[in-house]
Amino acid sequence: MRFQLIGVNHKSAPLEVRERMAIPESRLPDTCRELAAYPGIEEGIVISTCNRVEIVTHTTNGTADLRGFLRDHFHLERKELDPHLYEFRGKDAVRHLFRVASSLDSMVIGEAQILGQVKEAYATARAVGAVRGQLDQLFSRAFAVAKRVRGETAVGSSSVSIASVAVELAERIFGTLEGKTVFIVGAGKMSELAARHLMAHGCAAIFVSNRTFERAVGLAEKFNGQAIKFDDLYNSCDRADIVITSTGSPHAIFRREHGEQFLARRKNRPMFFIDIAVPRDVSPEMGKLDGIFIYDLDDLQQAVSSHVADRRKEAELAEAIITGEVERFEARLQTLDVVPTIVSLQDHLETIRQAEIDRVRGRMGRLTPEQEMAIEALTRGIINKVMHTPITTLKTAAKESEATTIVGVVRRLFNLPEKEKESASQPAAKETKETEVGPHP
Amino acid sequence: MSLLWLRCALGCYFVSLIYAFVALTRTRDLFSRIALHAASLGMVFHFVSLTELFLSGHVVWASVHNGESLLAFLSMSFFMLIYAIYQTTSPGVVVFPVVFFLTFVAAVDQQPVLLTQYVSNKGWLAAHIFLIFIGYAALLVSFGASLLYLLQERRLKAKKPTSLISFLPALEVIDQIGYRSLLLGFPFMTLGLLTGSVVAISTYGHLDFLDPKILLSVLMWAVYMLMVFTRWNSGWRGRRAAFLATFAFVAALAAWAANYFSTIHRFAAS
Repeated sequence: MRFQLIGVNHKSAPLEVRERMAIPESRLPDTCRELAAYPGIEEGIVISTCNRVEIVTHTTNGTADLRGFLRDHFHLERKELDPHLYEFRGKDAVRHLFRVASSLDSMVIGEAQILGQVKEAYATARAVGAVRGQLDQLFSRAFAVAKRVRGETAVGSSSVSIASVAVELAERIFGTLEGKTVFIVGAGKMSELAARHLMAHGCAAIFVSNRTFERAVGLAEKFNGQAIKFDDLYNSCDRADIVITSTGSPHAIFRREHGEQFLARRKNRPMFFIDIAVPRDVSPEMGKLDGIFIYDLDDLQQAVSSHVADRRKEAELAEAIITGEVERFEARLQTLDVVPTIVSLQDHLETIRQAEIDRVRGRMGRLTPEQEMAIEALTRGIINKVMHTPITTLKTAAKESEATTIVGVVRRLFNLPEKEKESASQPAAKETKETEVGPHP
Repeated sequence: MSLLWLRCALGCYFVSLIYAFVALTRTRDLFSRIALHAASLGMVFHFVSLTELFLSGHVVWASVHNGESLLAFLSMSFFMLIYAIYQTTSPGVVVFPVVFFLTFVAAVDQQPVLLTQYVSNKGWLAAHIFLIFIGYAALLVSFGASLLYLLQERRLKAKKPTSLISFLPALEVIDQIGYRSLLLGFPFMTLGLLTGSVVAISTYGHLDFLDPKILLSVLMWAVYMLMVFTRWNSGWRGRRAAFLATFAFVAALAAWAANYFSTIHRFAAS
């Protein structure tokens, strides 16, 4: 597990730093190439979003100077950069990547965008050849984990902004918003936003009323709605299922008696008041009527924060999934880790066998093809028999995390070349690995 | 044999019954799925039980327990119908316990308490029982829906953050379930009572309106009609509708209990 990860995110670095480190999409392929060519780095992926820059690498010996790469690339001083960086290696890097992909590290936990961004980053790096075996496996796993987290927990199931909370509350009352009518009282930015959300969820008609009639007309035009004179407010308000109110009035403009009127005219069909005015436009007395639901700014805010709390709870579940997945991933990689040792062990014995056959052949003179084949079969048979137990042991040991010890012992016993040298020739070894050891898990 | 199947059904309904108790505090999707499967399986057993009873030849629908079994089955069918339309298991909170209770009584105690055997017109009797039972099942569901409506209304009014995550469907959906069951059940109930009167008149020659069974049935029907009317005319829902629904439900229970006292159904007599 020679993964290394370095980066900054919204928690570790202020916006100014993140701004300086943001990599525009067009520059991303070059950055990946540059990264993969950096000393000590075999593979690399760069994830750059507005909230984070992450460099994920697979390195030659697990100690590549990623900080150096960042300094060089962004032309930043050590003291500007270092305090904001986090760096993870091995298992921790895997865990961090899994968390990022699953949107547990996001500013809004559970938001769906990040997975897409990570996937794009992966595709970009792959396209320029900066990704080969190891990161390939790591990222495929990360995507699978993210999918699992999404499927098995409710992280990301609930929405967060005030406008979308308003929509959700409206849906709690009306079920579908299809064909519902919205009434905006007091044309303001926030009510406009809320209305836009409601319309996006199927609300059909919209009325706008404002003390300055022109502004009502202006806003109504935006939504293809109808402007209502402020004096006509009480006469037409009962046509609306959802009323968004945000006037600057110092007193409540909707009082209990208005509510009673509305309900009588609506045959008691429920009405939902979203009161985002401070001071409030709707008197709390009105909320005591059956069928009238009022949410003021505080209520909405509370709903928003409870969503965040809900997500936290779910996030704990998600963390447990990730811990399990990191373990599994590690176990899998370790199995792969012993593979080079097995391969070089086999190579080693094969060399001995060939040398011995050559030596014997010199002494025995010419051999018939049958004799050649018999010797071949005999020697191969012996080696395979002898090798069987050690290889099985190595493979099992790999899963039980004593791999390093056993691998070390085997290497010493057979005087196999050291790891550093071996990894340099790994691409060649990999090819034999596939055929000789059979398919890896 | 029929009894054995009925007891299997009872076992399944018991699982759904547990759901009815945990649903209010826990909102995991898993529970409702388990409850739904258990209920469906229970219905299969129940259906087998009823069919066997029917095929066995000595079907006596008018026996209290067979009647209870049939009513439970119809209520469950109604619940499934709502699930098919609205994808919600929440009415189960009210339906499951009632169904369980009915099935339990039917499955445990099988002494044949019989309606008078002197009914002259068996066809009318069967129609009476079926119609009125569908009416009962619909009434049960609309009663359940009105309780759920109150609950959801309270949650929304309390503005508790937890109100956002809830096993309950949207307020208007609950309202629709209740209203539609009401509208669907009313004609059945009315026809059921009319056919019942026909049976009674053809058997006894007259209707004794002072008989508790008849008195309570008429009362129940009156409340039922009042519910439909207030809803249709002035859109009564929420607290007032729940009050009426509870009243109608209690009247229905009383009318059912009256089986044991009434001379019309003569259950007590045998």
